[in-house]
Amino acid sequence: MNEVKKIATRASYGNALAELGRLYEDIVVLDADLSKSTMTNIFQKEFPERHFNCGIAECNMVAAAAGMAAMGLVPFVSSFAMFTAGRAFEQIRNSIGYPHLNVKIGATHGGISVGEDGASHQCCEDFALMRSIPGMVVLCPSDDVEARAAVKAAYAHKGPVYLRFGRLALPVIHDEKNYKFEIGKAEQLTDGSDVAIIATGLMVSEALKAEKMLRAEGIRARVINMCSIKPLDEEMIIMAARECGKVVTCEEHSVIGGLGEAVAMVLSQKCPVPMRYVGVQDVFGRSGPAWTLLDRHGMNAWGIVDTVEHLVKR
Amino acid sequence: MNHQERQALEDFACRVRMGIVEAVYSAKSGHPGGSLSAADMFTYLYNRELRIDPQNPRWEDRDRFVLSKGHTAPGLYATLALKGFFPVEDLQETRRIYGYLQGHPNMNMTPGVDMSTGSLGQGVSVAAGMAKAAKYMGKDVNVYALLGDGEIAEGEVWEAFLFAAHYALDNLCVIIDVNGLQIDGQTKDVMNTDPIADKVRAFGLNAVEIDGHNFDEIEAAFEAFHACDGKPTAILMKTVKGKGVSFMENRAEWHGKAPNEEQYETAMSELRAQLAEVEAADE
Repeated sequence: MNEVKKIATRASYGNALAELGRLYEDIVVLDADLSKSTMTNIFQKEFPERHFNCGIAECNMVAAAAGMAAMGLVPFVSSFAMFTAGRAFEQIRNSIGYPHLNVKIGATHGGISVGEDGASHQCCEDFALMRSIPGMVVLCPSDDVEARAAVKAAYAHKGPVYLRFGRLALPVIHDEKNYKFEIGKAEQLTDGSDVAIIATGLMVSEALKAEKMLRAEGIRARVINMCSIKPLDEEMIIMAARECGKVVTCEEHSVIGGLGEAVAMVLSQKCPVPMRYVGVQDVFGRSGPAWTLLDRHGMNAWGIVDTVEHLVKR
Repeated sequence: MNHQERQALEDFACRVRMGIVEAVYSAKSGHPGGSLSAADMFTYLYNRELRIDPQNPRWEDRDRFVLSKGHTAPGLYATLALKGFFPVEDLQETRRIYGYLQGHPNMNMTPGVDMSTGSLGQGVSVAAGMAKAAKYMGKDVNVYALLGDGEIAEGEVWEAFLFAAHYALDNLCVIIDVNGLQIDGQTKDVMNTDPIADKVRAFGLNAVEIDGHNFDEIEAAFEAFHACDGKPTAILMKTVKGKGVSFMENRAEWHGKAPNEEQYETAMSELRAQLAEVEAADE
C-alpha cells in the first residue's frame, strides 16, 4: 500500500495565504513573532511588504487588524490559538466581533497535539470562546485539502472568521479534484447507521480509522466531518441522529463548550438521542509526544472505538 | 487663526458642552466629565483639522477619528450632530433602546463614527492599524485617536505605541486628555502615569504638551504633527475634567454620573451665559 501523504494544516494555511496573495492585493498578514511556526513566513517570503510582524503583542495585533479591515483591507492575523482566541479574546470580541469587521484569525497549534510544550500552550478552549461571539464563523479543517479550501472560503466570506489549525502533520483524506468546501456544510464520509461519529480537525482521520475497526466488530458507523463548527450543519446532524439513533462527537478541545456541546444543543431541542463526547475531559494537558498525549486522553481511533462500543452495547 | 475664527470655535465648543449636558441628562446616565474636558479638542478636530464630509460619512479617503476613550461618546455625538451628521435633537435619544446613539460609539449605527470603541486601550491599536493600512494603500489619510490619561494604564496602549513607532506612522496623531482624574479619584493616586511625556518620547513618539482649552495651542500642536516626519505624534493636553460646568469641574464623581433636574438647569444656564459672552464679544 502506498504511503499516505501527510501535511500539517498550518503549512496549508501558509501556502493558501501565498496563493491568495498572488490573486488579491487587499490581503495582508499580521504575525506576532511566530511566523516560522504559524508558517505565514511562506507568505512573507513572497510578499514582504504586506506581512506585518507585530512583535510579541497579540492584543495590539488583533485590534490593529480591526483598524486595517475598517480601511478596506482583508487582514489575516496569526499566532497560536492560545494567544489569539485566549489572550486576545476581548479584542476579538469588542474590536472585531462587535463591529463585525472583516478580519480572519488564523490560529495555529490548537489543542493538546502541541505536545512537548505542555499545557500552557495547549489551547482547548478556543471553540468555546469563539463560538460565543455573535457573527463569528469558526472553522477547524481536517487535512491539507480542506484547510486550503477553508482559507479561501474565509477570504471570500464577508465578516470575521476564526480558523483553527494544528501543529501535527495529518494524513490527506480528501481528493482535491472532487472536493468542494462550503461554510456551514458538513461532509458525510461513510454510510453507517448504527452510530454517528461527528468529528472535527485531527479527529476526523482518527474517526475514519475507528470506523474500519468497528466494521470488523459488525458496527457500522456514519462518520461526519464537521469542519464548520459555526455555523453548524444542523440538517445533517439531525438526519444522522434520526437514522443512527446514537451520536459520538470527537474533538481536540475541552468537552465543555466545543463541538460536542454545539451538537448537543441542536439535538436536545430537535432530536434527542443518547450521546457521548470524545475530547479533553475538563483537565489540563501535559508535556509529551503528541500521539502519546492524545492516547492518554482517549482521543484517537482506539478511544473512539471504546466510546462507541460502550454506547452501542449499553 | 484670527480673532473671528477663534470666536467661532469658542461658540461651537459652548454648543458641544450644551449637547453633552443635554445627552447625559436625557439618558439619565453617561459620562459628562471627560466629554467636557475634551469638548475644545472635539471642536477643533471637527472644524479645522479632520478632512471629512458630513454629507458622505463613509467617504473612503476621509481622515479617521477613533474615540479610544469611548465613554466620552456624548462629546463626540454632540460634535457630530452640530456638524450635520445627524439632527441635534437626537442627542436626547442617547442610550435609548431603539436609538442609534449607543452608550459607547458604534460605527455601524451612528453616521460619522469611524470605529466602535468602549473597552479602553483598544482604540489606539485600531487607529495604528488604520494608519498602517493607509500607508500600505498609498492613501493620504491621517488617523487621530483620543485617549484618557487613566486609560494609558492599559498595557495595550504601550504595545500600540511600540507598533506605531516601529512602523514610523507619522500619519497617526494620538491625543491624550490629561485631566488628572479617573473613576476612583486622582490618576496620580489610582495608578500614577506621570511623567507621560517622558514615557511617550521614550517609546519613540513626538510629544507635544499643550493647554487643551487653548485653541491657539491646539492649532500649534497639529502644526507640529504635520511637520513631523518619520514618527507618530502624541499631543498631551492638560485639561480640566468637567470644564464649563462649575460644579463638575475637577470632581471625579462627575466622571460617569448624570445631573438631576436642578443640576441640569444650573449647568445649562451657566453654558448659555458662556455662549452669550462669546457672542457678545463677537460684536
